Amino acid sequence: MKEAMSTGRTGLYPRGAASTAEVSTPFEVVIGLEVHIQLQTRSKIFCGCSVQFGAEANSQVCPVCMGLPGALPVLNQKVLASAARLALATGCRIDPVSLFARKNYFYPDLPKGYQISQFDLPFASGGSMTVSGEGEEERAIRIRRIHLEDDAGRSIHAEAFVGADETLLDLNRCGVPLLELVTEPDLRSPAEAADFMQRLRQLVRYLDISTGNMEEGSLRCDANISLRPAGSDTLGVKTELKNMNSFRHVERALAFEIERQGTLLAAGGRVEQQTLLWDPARNAAEPMRSKEEAHDYRYFPEPDLMPVRIGEEWIEEQRRQLPELPEARKARYERDFGLPAYDAALLTGDRGVADYFERLAGRIEDKKLASNWVMGEVLRAANASGCSVQELRMTPEHLAVLLEALSRGRIHQQAARRIFEEGMENGLSPAAAIEREEGDQIHDSGQLRAMVQETLAAHPAETEAWLGGKEKLAGFFTGKILQALQGRADPRSIMALLQDERAALLRKRG
Amino acid sequence: MHTGCVDFQSIKSLLATGSISCTHLAEIYLQHIDKGAHLNAFLSVFTEKALEQAAGVDRKVAQGTAGRLAGMFLGIKDNIAYSGGATTCGSRILAGYRSPFSATVLKRLADADAIFLGKTNMDEFAMGSSTEHSAYGPVRLPADPGRVPGGSSGGSAAAVAAGLCTAALGSDTGGSIRQPASFCGVVGLKPTWGRVSRYGLVAFASSLDQIGPMSRSAADCADLLQVIAGHDPADATSSMEPVPDYRAAMERDLKGLRVGLAREYFPAEGMEEAVRTAVEECADFFRAEGAELVPVSLPHSSYAIAAYYIIADAEASANLARFDGARYGRRSPAAATLEEMYTLSRSEGFGAEVKRRIMLGTFVLSSGYYEAYYSQAQKVRTLLQRDFDEAFRSCDLLLTPVCPTTAFRIGEKAGDPLAMYLSDVFTISVNMAGIPALALPCGRDGAGLPIGAQLIGPAFSEPLLLAAGHRLEKGYAPARAFQELS
Repeated sequence: MKEAMSTGRTGLYPRGAASTAEVSTPFEVVIGLEVHIQLQTRSKIFCGCSVQFGAEANSQVCPVCMGLPGALPVLNQKVLASAARLALATGCRIDPVSLFARKNYFYPDLPKGYQISQFDLPFASGGSMTVSGEGEEERAIRIRRIHLEDDAGRSIHAEAFVGADETLLDLNRCGVPLLELVTEPDLRSPAEAADFMQRLRQLVRYLDISTGNMEEGSLRCDANISLRPAGSDTLGVKTELKNMNSFRHVERALAFEIERQGTLLAAGGRVEQQTLLWDPARNAAEPMRSKEEAHDYRYFPEPDLMPVRIGEEWIEEQRRQLPELPEARKARYERDFGLPAYDAALLTGDRGVADYFERLAGRIEDKKLASNWVMGEVLRAANASGCSVQELRMTPEHLAVLLEALSRGRIHQQAARRIFEEGMENGLSPAAAIEREEGDQIHDSGQLRAMVQETLAAHPAETEAWLGGKEKLAGFFTGKILQALQGRADPRSIMALLQDERAALLRKRG
Repeated sequence: MHTGCVDFQSIKSLLATGSISCTHLAEIYLQHIDKGAHLNAFLSVFTEKALEQAAGVDRKVAQGTAGRLAGMFLGIKDNIAYSGGATTCGSRILAGYRSPFSATVLKRLADADAIFLGKTNMDEFAMGSSTEHSAYGPVRLPADPGRVPGGSSGGSAAAVAAGLCTAALGSDTGGSIRQPASFCGVVGLKPTWGRVSRYGLVAFASSLDQIGPMSRSAADCADLLQVIAGHDPADATSSMEPVPDYRAAMERDLKGLRVGLAREYFPAEGMEEAVRTAVEECADFFRAEGAELVPVSLPHSSYAIAAYYIIADAEASANLARFDGARYGRRSPAAATLEEMYTLSRSEGFGAEVKRRIMLGTFVLSSGYYEAYYSQAQKVRTLLQRDFDEAFRSCDLLLTPVCPTTAFRIGEKAGDPLAMYLSDVFTISVNMAGIPALALPCGRDGAGLPIGAQLIGPAFSEPLLLAAGHRLEKGYAPARAFQELS
């Protein structure tokens, strides 16, 4: 059983510091999430309009998604495949028949006056995902259901071009396909909730069904949260948190609300069931006006769409097409490539990075070297150029040639980095550059010995310390020499020469 | 020539022999529309466009390339979206609204060279049985302008009866094609749900709505259905069932046909004696033609009206939510806040009957009432469907009156919604079961007002219904469509 105290440390408070005195009452935190995942199908869920993000306002609309009188929805079958992928990847049961329903409410950016969603018979139900909080063990979080629905448009109030008493509508987002995933109230801390969202993001990207971008709104999350005395089985009064637009917001908003509820309960007060909007600028959650949340959605079956019928064969076909999922891939990296857990987790965190790594690792012996380079140079280069690893001009095949030369000692680290940079510029095979660097290598031990002696003479204090027993300084001297030679020498030869020189100097001193 | 005397079958032969042109026909129809203005049957008339199209069809006729509906001049119920003119649904809230697209049925009809004369008046959003609930004034019965033409497709029925058009499209949610057809003395077909695309039909109750033809003969209905029936990729509920050749199927006799008479309907409460007599005489004609009359039972029919008004209004409350003043249609100029935009625009834009239905529909779907009303009504719906399934085990089609009474006087039932709802007692179950029914004239009452008979068949039995109707028209004088122009 966890206590509110430990969860209070996340986000708002420095780790390890108890937040306030009130949380000494042992409360258990109970969190359930409702997540909306925008699917990256080519067209909308009930019409043929494009779902491209960022297009000119109201340029991707038609009578159907604008809800014009007489227009009717027709289900885009591609959406079912996306839903099936997530359902199968989370171990949900896909029901043979699911039903669309109308969820009725008035809002200007909801042109039909109802959202087409699923209610009584959702697409899939009963799965799970694993999470871990801060340094905690992995736990399974049950998934209650996954269902399909259409997105609403956007009301624009706060832009410079909007008049004070105006609201503008952009209906491009109307009808963009959404999956809603609802968890059971199994999460026990803000850290777990944030981890759940991060893993879900990773998963939808692996499944290639969504960009999972929270800032762009393609992944959105509402949280239900309540506290109860530790050990209790009954649920406390919950509140609903909305408007958390990043993983960090999720964690901070939940921590805020735990603090608020905890203080209230510890003082003998009662939590009021309400919806709160997270305000990241103020680092606080504000209740919505009660009128805005007093919804009776009056769900009833959508008469314009037939029930969705799913056959076993189709489900099996979708299952066969599932990619290897992050957990399995990570385990395989540890097992087959002998990589440390840290490397395996980092490499498999993003499907694109993992794919890059595998193309590289398949071509060279030293998998750890491949891992170091992908986690280091490759990710750095991708970040610097703001593109995905797939788009890098240094392909995994070219990098394999380079790293093979490096591990055979034909070139050295610094030269390899130089060739990598060149490859990033010109996109050419590094073979020629390797030969050049190899040809530039200084093999003349007389020349190198002279360099060693010069370097020692230039750093008398370090030389004294080195001779006095601080042997690690050999690396310092090697670095200096390689720097001067722009890497055009084998560090192992330099090290050997340094040892010779040290022995000679010590002998001289007797 | 008086267009009140001719059906499309006669027009086709006149066109074939070259004794009349479409242009001439268009002129005649437009004149009649002018003369019949007091009926208030049309809300908009496309004079120039119709003349232009008629000239185009004449050229095609001369070249021998005319479509199968060349010479068909149509009135279109104003809840069917048309990009060439207004689509008001008889409502103030859609005054001046112009749809950017046309309904699938209109595209199909235009492709077959039918010409649209105008949009016909209707009860607001098809909610009503008298066409008194139009924001643009009531329609008058051609046979007696002091009376209603029925509804909600009253404009279409009156226009056909008065010869203001060759035929018309109506929509039928609980009897809105059949009941006005009966009051006006014309033929009206409510097809199987899913037989005709609803894309472009402004929805009242989606699970019950169906577009259908209204005309002066069963053969005309068959010609129109031939063109508008069939799967539409834009309507997910439209059926993939192949479309048969309706005209070919009409040439059959009635020998051995089993005609069911439901004991719950003979007699039924509130049924006028003249109506009962006329339908019974119609049954006698069927027997004389070699059909077998079979007593059947529809045991749950007494629950139909109550269940219908729950389901239809529940769906309507959602379907009409889009009329909120935000994007199109009427927005109250007095609205200062978002909430006022909704409440004022809708209060001012909708008529009393529509508001009544929206409130009723909202109520039955509300948390705490859903089970007691909507769920129960769905169960009744299933029972009604089973009643018909059971009945069709022992008969091929059912013969019933369309309506317990003939046309009533304008204002007679306006203050009594329940009395108005009861006039749909024979038609509503058909929509609840999703099956087809044909209404056609079968006599007159003592005041000379038309009486309608209804033939109901199982899903996709339109060929049989049209054949039986056709035979009735041929062999039974009272079954011919009336010709009135007061």
